Amino acid sequence: MELVLSAEDTAFRDDVRAFLKDKLPQEIAAKAGSGFRLSKDDHVRWQKILFEKGWMAPGWPIELGGTGWTAMQKHIFDEECALAGAPMVIPFGVTMVAPVIMAFGTQAQKDRYLPRILRSDDWWCQGYSEPGSGSDLASLRTKAVRDGDHYVVTGQKTWTTLAQHADMMFTLVRTSDSGKQQEGITFLLIDMKSPGITVQPITTIDGSAEINNVFLDDVRVPVGNRIGEEGKGWTYAKYLLGHERTSIAAVGRSKAQLRRLKAIAGAEASGDGTLIDDPDFALRLAQIEIDLLALESLVLRALYAETAGKPPGPEASFLKIKGTEVQQGLTELLVEAVGPYAAPFQPEAFRQDNWNEEPVGPDYAPALAPLYFNWRKASIYGGSNEIQKNIIAKTVLGL
Amino acid sequence: MSFAFTDDQQLLADSAARFLTDKYGFDARRTVMTAEDGWSREMWRSFADMGWLALPLPENYGGLGGSTVDLAILMEDFGRHLVVEPYLATVVLGAETIARAGSDDQKAEILPQVAEGKLTLAFAHGEPAGRFDLARIAAAAARQDGGWVLSGHKAVVHHAQTADRLIVSARTSGQTADRDGITLFLVDPQAPGVALRPYPTIDGLRAADVILDGAVVPDSDVLGEVDAALPVIEQVVDRALVALSAEAVGAMDATIALTGEYLKTRQQFGRPLAAFQVLQHRMVEMLAAKEFARALCYRAAGAMDDTTGVERARAAAALKSETGRAGKRIGQDAIQLHGGMGMTDDMAVGHYFKRMTMIDVQFGNAAYHLRRFAGLS
Repeated sequence: MELVLSAEDTAFRDDVRAFLKDKLPQEIAAKAGSGFRLSKDDHVRWQKILFEKGWMAPGWPIELGGTGWTAMQKHIFDEECALAGAPMVIPFGVTMVAPVIMAFGTQAQKDRYLPRILRSDDWWCQGYSEPGSGSDLASLRTKAVRDGDHYVVTGQKTWTTLAQHADMMFTLVRTSDSGKQQEGITFLLIDMKSPGITVQPITTIDGSAEINNVFLDDVRVPVGNRIGEEGKGWTYAKYLLGHERTSIAAVGRSKAQLRRLKAIAGAEASGDGTLIDDPDFALRLAQIEIDLLALESLVLRALYAETAGKPPGPEASFLKIKGTEVQQGLTELLVEAVGPYAAPFQPEAFRQDNWNEEPVGPDYAPALAPLYFNWRKASIYGGSNEIQKNIIAKTVLGL
Repeated sequence: MSFAFTDDQQLLADSAARFLTDKYGFDARRTVMTAEDGWSREMWRSFADMGWLALPLPENYGGLGGSTVDLAILMEDFGRHLVVEPYLATVVLGAETIARAGSDDQKAEILPQVAEGKLTLAFAHGEPAGRFDLARIAAAAARQDGGWVLSGHKAVVHHAQTADRLIVSARTSGQTADRDGITLFLVDPQAPGVALRPYPTIDGLRAADVILDGAVVPDSDVLGEVDAALPVIEQVVDRALVALSAEAVGAMDATIALTGEYLKTRQQFGRPLAAFQVLQHRMVEMLAAKEFARALCYRAAGAMDDTTGVERARAAAALKSETGRAGKRIGQDAIQLHGGMGMTDDMAVGHYFKRMTMIDVQFGNAAYHLRRFAGLS
């Protein structure tokens, strides 16, 4: 057992830092750092910079544009990006649908979609959940009926994140009602400009509109856009879930958030001193820092197993639950840190950077309560934490 | 960076698991617990034969020079089998203190005997009013020709009654909570002026309160520098926190396994308890608590050997805090999931619960180490 970073990994980390210092646009990092929402252009601009460096798709095979990094190097890269305030790479294309296309797609699909994903030419969204199918996803009812060389798709997808920007949607549709629910599901790639698609924003409790309803009304999708076989979509979707599990823990993002929390607690007055010296707050800060250390320790173990080519151990199952608990705990403390200035609702202060008025209260405050409310989603999406526990009870504990 | 055990570490883990599974069953332990000493000298000789007593000791003095990770591997298995022998007192605390602070003569005299299983030690540091603060020492040592006269009260000294030597801390200068002014002494428990009040502990071990009243210690039995023992004590205790946490993790592991088996066997409402989702989720939370404590444990073990000062202290404090929280939660839930059966002394689960609970109060509980961690941030 050897628990310090190797010389090779230290050198790699220094390379990543140098690249970020040199290439990460200051205005984007500053926006992200002060809690401004990033625009589609901000994300695409950053992803194209990564592409030019050859670092857009660290998890891909080298011949398709990957980096050949070890699992540890990918982790170091994610962490350095987060600490530098780089935008999160939007995962729907590069880390979600791309591995499925690589594993189960036709050569034509690979040739068409993978280079466009790598260059961020297409923005992808995920069409899984439906109004009647949340945790029980296999009950989904959006129907695809074969008509010659096309499927005709009708139904509704919901909670579709950033669908308003999307060029493509990967989706699960029902092609059969007989047999087991799971066996009648097919995986389709749908062009969002197809006639019959309507995207309707859903305003969430934080006042933002990043999720959407996507209505499909007799949308014609070429059969060539089907992944693999008809009726095998559930298998492909499960394959997707098994990919890049360690990144779901978001250790780097949470480290950056903890740093921000400490800075704010150090600036907020409390009694004769600042909040960071308040014994009660200090203990809660210490507790979440320990939780984050424990999470990171487990991530490192899982990364080691991945690098050594071992199957993920039981620890990997906990990364989503603990990772989201830590993220939510940090946003909760951020809200508490600013006290009454959590309340003023000034979305202009963090939604656009051309707002010229002074915010009421400290400039870091307006974004915090929306952040807290927004992050309640984390324990619900990607298989709710309760579903994760069902899976662990069955697969790890054998109950 | 690597989280894999080396071949030697895997061998240690395998041989410990094999030996203890074979020789250290629940019933054998109960017999030993109730015998006069509260532990088995025959078992202790076997530990010596296995090389476990020599494991973390320096190679110059009959040891194997093992790392803290090696120690954690062994302690995890001790926890899984609820070992009652004085390993922590003798090897992890006692011998380690001598290895760090002792003179060449002291090390040469004592450490090889520890490795061979011929001599046991006890660590008489904590005091009734000290709680968990390692610097809060009121016991006093007064200078006398060629030596020192000790007086004071040492609280809950594990395995003192059977120890051949006590390692006693006492104040040679300064006020009760000062960092400077603490000195370590090797004390013969049979010497005049040393009185022991022995008792069993609720988790199946033995301990004693030690009353020092005019005990005379020659200069040759001063351990390390006069007035400057605290940094040594802190290093030794931080390493012991890792060892104790590893023991707790082993106990958590066994507790979860026992509880899982029970849920699969016990039938109510026409189906096994394991089929109830509310119980499944509780088990998953117990498992998560153990996995996180274990991950922190081996990381902290690495930090003990690789880092010094604040980094080492932070790693130990984070770990012990998490261990305390996890142990309490897993223990309480395991009893609850066992229902009435969990309350009976005949079931092993209660014994694990008691050990995990008492590990929390050894060298600082979860709340203490959380505060300590906050102070180090």
